[in-house]
Amino acid sequence: MKIFNYRLIILLLCIIFGVVFSIPSLLQTNTGKKIALGLDLQGGLHMLLGVNTHEAVGSKIKSIATTVKYFSDDEELLIDGLLINEDNVSFSVLDADEIPKIDTMLSGIKGLAITKTGLEYTIKLTPEDIIKTKDLAVAQAVETIRNRLDQFGLSEPNVIRQGESDIVVELPGIKTAEDEKGARELISKPANLELMAIDEEKNDQVNNMTNSQASSYGDIILEDTKNPNLKYLVKEIPILNGSQVIDAQVAFDKSNQAIINFTLNSTGARIFGEFTSKNIGKRLAVVLDGKVYSAPNIRERIGGGSGQISGGFTVAEAGNVAIALRSGALPATVTLLEKRSVGPSLGADSIRASSIALVSGFLLVFGFMIVYYKGAGIIANVALIANVFLIIAIMAMFGATLTLPGMAGILLTIGMAVDANIIIIERIREILREGASIPKAIEDGYLNAIRAIVDSNITTLLVAVVLYVYGTGPIKGFAVTISIGIITSMVTGILGTHGIYQALLARGVKTKNTYTWFGAK
Amino acid sequence: MEIFKTNKTYGFMAKRIPLTAVSAILIIISLFSLFTKGLNFGIDFAGGTVIQIKYDKEAPISDIRNILKETSHSNAAITKFGSDQEIIIRITGSNSSLGNDIGEELKTTLVNTGNFEVRRVDMVGAKVGGELAEKGLMSLLLSFIGIIIYVSFRFNWKFALVSLLALVHDVIIAIGAVSLFNVEVNLDILAAILTLLGYSLNDTIIIFDRIREVIQTTKEDDLEKLIDDSVSRTLPRTVLTSLTVFFTVLTLYLFGGEIINGFAFTMLVGVIVGTYSSIFVASSFLVNFRFSIANYRAKEVEKIRVQKEKAKNRAMFEQGTL
Repeated sequence: MKIFNYRLIILLLCIIFGVVFSIPSLLQTNTGKKIALGLDLQGGLHMLLGVNTHEAVGSKIKSIATTVKYFSDDEELLIDGLLINEDNVSFSVLDADEIPKIDTMLSGIKGLAITKTGLEYTIKLTPEDIIKTKDLAVAQAVETIRNRLDQFGLSEPNVIRQGESDIVVELPGIKTAEDEKGARELISKPANLELMAIDEEKNDQVNNMTNSQASSYGDIILEDTKNPNLKYLVKEIPILNGSQVIDAQVAFDKSNQAIINFTLNSTGARIFGEFTSKNIGKRLAVVLDGKVYSAPNIRERIGGGSGQISGGFTVAEAGNVAIALRSGALPATVTLLEKRSVGPSLGADSIRASSIALVSGFLLVFGFMIVYYKGAGIIANVALIANVFLIIAIMAMFGATLTLPGMAGILLTIGMAVDANIIIIERIREILREGASIPKAIEDGYLNAIRAIVDSNITTLLVAVVLYVYGTGPIKGFAVTISIGIITSMVTGILGTHGIYQALLARGVKTKNTYTWFGAK
Repeated sequence: MEIFKTNKTYGFMAKRIPLTAVSAILIIISLFSLFTKGLNFGIDFAGGTVIQIKYDKEAPISDIRNILKETSHSNAAITKFGSDQEIIIRITGSNSSLGNDIGEELKTTLVNTGNFEVRRVDMVGAKVGGELAEKGLMSLLLSFIGIIIYVSFRFNWKFALVSLLALVHDVIIAIGAVSLFNVEVNLDILAAILTLLGYSLNDTIIIFDRIREVIQTTKEDDLEKLIDDSVSRTLPRTVLTSLTVFFTVLTLYLFGGEIINGFAFTMLVGVIVGTYSSIFVASSFLVNFRFSIANYRAKEVEKIRVQKEKAKNRAMFEQGTL
């Protein structure tokens, strides 16, 4: 027998691999792949947001109405009673000759279900398009939130879609309550900018009007952002919305108030120019998230496509609104479904406590193995140390996240990994008692014990996989460490220790002292 | 070092009845606690908000209680957490708007109670709580099914049924302890229970593996004697493997910190019960179910015969085609 049998070589490779790849994580070097700490250990904010996707369908309906309105104005077609209802847009054409023109225009928009009775049109979205719109809304919300957080300057924000309409937001960089508040506000702001026409004919009756009355005129009632008693009656179909904004910046007006200057794209600029030239003397409402920020008089045609929002912002608020406008509006509002925030001091406490438990548990098992099994215990401990390095190295390689339950998983793995060695050594002792020689006892012991060890490890692995699939956040971390630990322990604990015995036997260690070898006579 | 006498066969099966009684009593206590007291579901499953606050001195719990009574959170439950300085406030409600935050709100409400730091705010909405509970049950069920399939594949259905019963025994007692000691049930407790399912089976498998081996290699016909012998021979490894896991779980329970405490507690109970059940419960069920050694041997012989036949046929087939 050679000293370097293949088992020993595998163990040595494992140790080298384990040590090399766990160095960056253990010593916290600047380079190399490291284990990421979970939010429960480093502190941070985890949120699960639900996107109210039905709103996206609503706003799509609204945008269809805007298109119809703009088209008919542009082509000077006569339409009447353009209304936005729950899930459809309805209007009627006054001149039957204009129907083909309307039809051509509508056929250019995909996903519409159009019902025509005489001159009346009812436009709905097809069921497939509703699904598509909802799906797109979530994807767009993910993109928008990610953009906003990137611009907010937080380190490593993580925004992932989960399931049909949920979004997971993880912010490890959040350290203070103020940061958290800022981030939450930034995410929650729909930033839906609309430029709307005030219905000057009926606006003086706004205080005595109900919402349903307003809606029968094709209008809606909006409140002023600073003074809720000040109401405006505006045309329900906006002239423009935030999707045409290409830039937004914070600036200051003459009285040194923070304002937001925005710039429209070319289409937006054209529509805005036309509208202002036709409505000189009337007022325009600048509406952000359903609140009127200002309602300036239109004195002249406004070309160039830029405008401003003023409304007594603080500088920070104005900054957030500008970021939100630049990164686009949220296609629908989001609700908070789950939130977990851990302060950095608690994370540090958790790391300290679990490290103490890890080290003391390790030492206890370590000591027990030496006292009870002597030489065999030392060999098992070598495999155990190799195993811990391997777990850390593999986690670092895959960029896995270490959570508090994950720490518990590593500790538990230490307790379970030596089980394989205990089973093998007990089996060897048994065979020795029957009078076999040491080399034969070792070979037979390994042969007989492996089946039971593999069987029992597979059931634990099976449960860990189920936990990984169904668990969330920190619990997933537990499933990860325990699965990796079980697999690596089979390599180091079974293969590796076997290799050490074979190497020792090959070195010509010819002892008959079973007590020093296996702790039993 | 050796703790166990190597050649002694312990008469476990003869003490089957008193040992079964012990299990029965433990199960009755567990079920009684589960049905009368129930489980103390935490926010992961029930939804709600948990706020962990640390004061720089002893937390003025009664002051906090009085202040909160006047607010909309009059149903808040306040408990110490780990030390005198640290408390947990549990509120049944949750807020779905991103704009306001219960943690922040409490910070202003409690501003006069002293210097403190809000260390953790966990909020789970009712919808998510329901989903997590559903997922949790699903994972428990899937684990059970997976284990049965695996054990019946590796052994046979009678072994699988018996190990399943032993697992149910362990899980009921572990959950019973969780209920009895009012441990808050969150996702980590579920993880502990699932881990126990996998782990508790390990020892049972070791014993069953030995029983199978003895059936195949000896001519022993007395089932009780055969089981006693197998259990006694594997006793050191059953106890010692559990002992190392017990060590690690114990250090976790003692030093791991308050947050991981429930997990460690459940594991601690589970490891003890699981070891006990592997030694006594699983094997006595095998006796109670009148596991037939003769049948098993006959089937094994049949299996070997079929295998030989197949090998013979294949050999003939290959020779024929060559």
